[in-house]
Amino acid sequence: MAFVALADRDDDAHSHDPDTFITKYIWSQDHKVIAIQYAITAISVGLVALVLSLLFRLQLGFPDSFSLVDPTEYYQYVTMHGMIMVVYLLTALFLGGFGNYLIPLMCGSRDMVFPYLNMLSFWVYLLSVIVLMASFFVPGGPTGAGWTLYPPQAISEGTPGVDGGILLMILSLAIFIVAFTMGGLNYVTTVLQARARGMTLMRMPLAIWGIFVATILGLLAFPALLVAAIMMMLDHVVGTSFFMPEMLSMGTANEYGGGSPILFQHLFWFFGHPEVYIVALPAFGIVSDVLSVHARKNIFGYRMMVWAIVAIGALSFVVWAHHMYVSGMNPYFGFFFATTTLIIAVPTALKVYNWILTLWRGDLHLTVPMLFAIGFIFTFIHGGLTGLFLGNVTVDLPLSDTYFVIGHFHMVMGVSPVLVVFAAIYHWFPKITGRMFHSGLGKAHFWLTLLGTYSIYLPMHYLGILGLPRRYFAYGDTDFIPESAHAMNAGITIAALLVAAAQCLFFINVIWSLTKGKKAEANPWRAASLEWQTPDTPPKHGNWGAELPQVYRWPYDYSVPGASEDFIPQNVPDAYASTKDDK
Amino acid sequence: MNISLLFFALGVALMVWCLLISQLQTKPWLEKGLIEENGAVSLPASRVGLWVFLAVVTSLFGLFAVVYNMRAEFSDWRPLPEPGLLWFNTGMLILGSIVLQRARKDSEKNNLSSLKWSLATGSLLTIVFLFGQLLAWKNLAGLGYFFSTNPADAFFYVLTGLHGIHLVGGLCFLVLACIKAWGNIDRYNIKEKAQLNLRIQLCSVYWHYLLLIWLVLFSLLLST
Repeated sequence: MAFVALADRDDDAHSHDPDTFITKYIWSQDHKVIAIQYAITAISVGLVALVLSLLFRLQLGFPDSFSLVDPTEYYQYVTMHGMIMVVYLLTALFLGGFGNYLIPLMCGSRDMVFPYLNMLSFWVYLLSVIVLMASFFVPGGPTGAGWTLYPPQAISEGTPGVDGGILLMILSLAIFIVAFTMGGLNYVTTVLQARARGMTLMRMPLAIWGIFVATILGLLAFPALLVAAIMMMLDHVVGTSFFMPEMLSMGTANEYGGGSPILFQHLFWFFGHPEVYIVALPAFGIVSDVLSVHARKNIFGYRMMVWAIVAIGALSFVVWAHHMYVSGMNPYFGFFFATTTLIIAVPTALKVYNWILTLWRGDLHLTVPMLFAIGFIFTFIHGGLTGLFLGNVTVDLPLSDTYFVIGHFHMVMGVSPVLVVFAAIYHWFPKITGRMFHSGLGKAHFWLTLLGTYSIYLPMHYLGILGLPRRYFAYGDTDFIPESAHAMNAGITIAALLVAAAQCLFFINVIWSLTKGKKAEANPWRAASLEWQTPDTPPKHGNWGAELPQVYRWPYDYSVPGASEDFIPQNVPDAYASTKDDK
Repeated sequence: MNISLLFFALGVALMVWCLLISQLQTKPWLEKGLIEENGAVSLPASRVGLWVFLAVVTSLFGLFAVVYNMRAEFSDWRPLPEPGLLWFNTGMLILGSIVLQRARKDSEKNNLSSLKWSLATGSLLTIVFLFGQLLAWKNLAGLGYFFSTNPADAFFYVLTGLHGIHLVGGLCFLVLACIKAWGNIDRYNIKEKAQLNLRIQLCSVYWHYLLLIWLVLFSLLLST
């Protein structure tokens, strides 16, 4: 059977033409609308998590001045902040949001291959968010077990939210996994089956490569979380002893016996570590594209970048136990996992070098998305280097469960991906909305965010080396914690408040630009990849008008010698590109 | 645990290899012009989608198998007597798989009357299997092996239940195909027939795969 691009087949792609308000904006099967639905939901729930972090930061910075949270609420807020940010914001935004928007446009197809499943994916995701939010309103409130939900603590009497909160959390995660699987099937199959004519895998932009491999990681890793969730749910509800050991709880022996809490940790981190790369790989891909476009230079080492994405994806499945050095597992395990952890630094460092070499002698345009992308290189290098400390067993032991760890992972998978999220939003805003954003507001937003987050997380490394433990409600008078550490904690809180306030600039910018922004041209950044070559801006339903694009080159033809412009779009054949030569 | 991990790694490596290796060698910055693709992309999207889904299912059951083995090493593990009924159920599932393979052939050869009966028999055998599993649960519960008695019991219920749920999901599609075939297949045009044919193909692949998973699970349950 010959290859027939999806949209050339009998017109299934048009079977879901939107004609009413409801099919256009609510029960929509259009990938662009679903992407925006995903993004708005994820960002909204992310704002909840941001507010939670401010509440507990106020407690940590000024333990005697504010009484906004009590110890129970402190644990609940820390837990919910972590889980929301990692799963419900970043995973959903990168894959459900950007994945949905970019895959069909960048691959040159009319829509996802299973549009109905795609729609279902969003609504099930929304359900999981609602279930999660519901846990704030049940008796006992949300769970306070920490975002890792380790048993036995998570389901033992005395932990906040043990009545309803933990059940809703587990249920919500299970629903999220179902939603993600439906979306993920779409992303993978669309990339494999529905690319435009001429769009080989090695002609795909790196953003698509990152999203594609991250989705595969998600599809293989989320089942581990599902297994853990099912078993913990049974332990809690039915009284099985998968994870729960026999122990004294509040003075009385519990009814469990023989379960293994370490087993849960293995399962959780078998999901948890790939999860880091589920967030990071799309960020890597997107940042590569943004850097290349705004530096007017092809990405340095495209093939190496693809290999690195695939290698990181594969290696991410064999490093999980570096989260468990202090769990009491076999020390030889630690040796093995320290080795693999350091090996994964090689392809990662390779990517960093390639980004820097892409900038080297480029024609840098310091636009807002470019600033965020360059900011990402800084924060990612800092976060990555502290990862080398924590990857070594002997260095990790004293630093484990201190603020050093908090500083590390917020730098590497908090700030860095969020900077890329902003870079991506500013970069594709003209295409998505048809309007330009306000550049000055965007730059103010960037500088406040970058410097602000640095002043939050750099000091945390120092606090960690002092030995300040994480997850404490208040430190009181402790000998090894000097007065200066308390002052620093107060400073961190002030910086956090400033960064949160700076995000208002972003929302003001979006709202202002949507109504009053300058009308965007079809291709304001003069980018070569396919999504900028749509006949309409923003693209209409079906993306490409009457005819699908054909792809004649890779997406990084910038500053090509002899070409009439400093870029050649992917869908332009050679004959039209080099008019200068012909004259 | 290590063996399962190895299998897992092998699976992933194989997938990556098949998908990428020939393509990753190319130098896209040198190649200009339209490149026509062939090979892997010629499959229908839903077939690729099914295989991606089966990879997810493999990951889920594979991880359960790993956890099962790890938990079984603890001293409080008391294996339960597997009811003989399970052998009968396994037979039903094997027959179901064979019958669906026959349905696939019938559909390809446009052998409509035989196709109708194969689809109906396949659905029926699957339903018998599911009822058999429920009966096995009832037997075990009657003997005093409940969910919370021992992790071995809990695993038995969870694994068989999870497998059953996957089969029920497939059954929805199979019954739909069966109803369509019995309805008015004689009046179908070529396109509708091709759609039904694809649906039956997917069902048969799914059934073979779930049979394989069941055989692995069953041997796992018998092994402890």
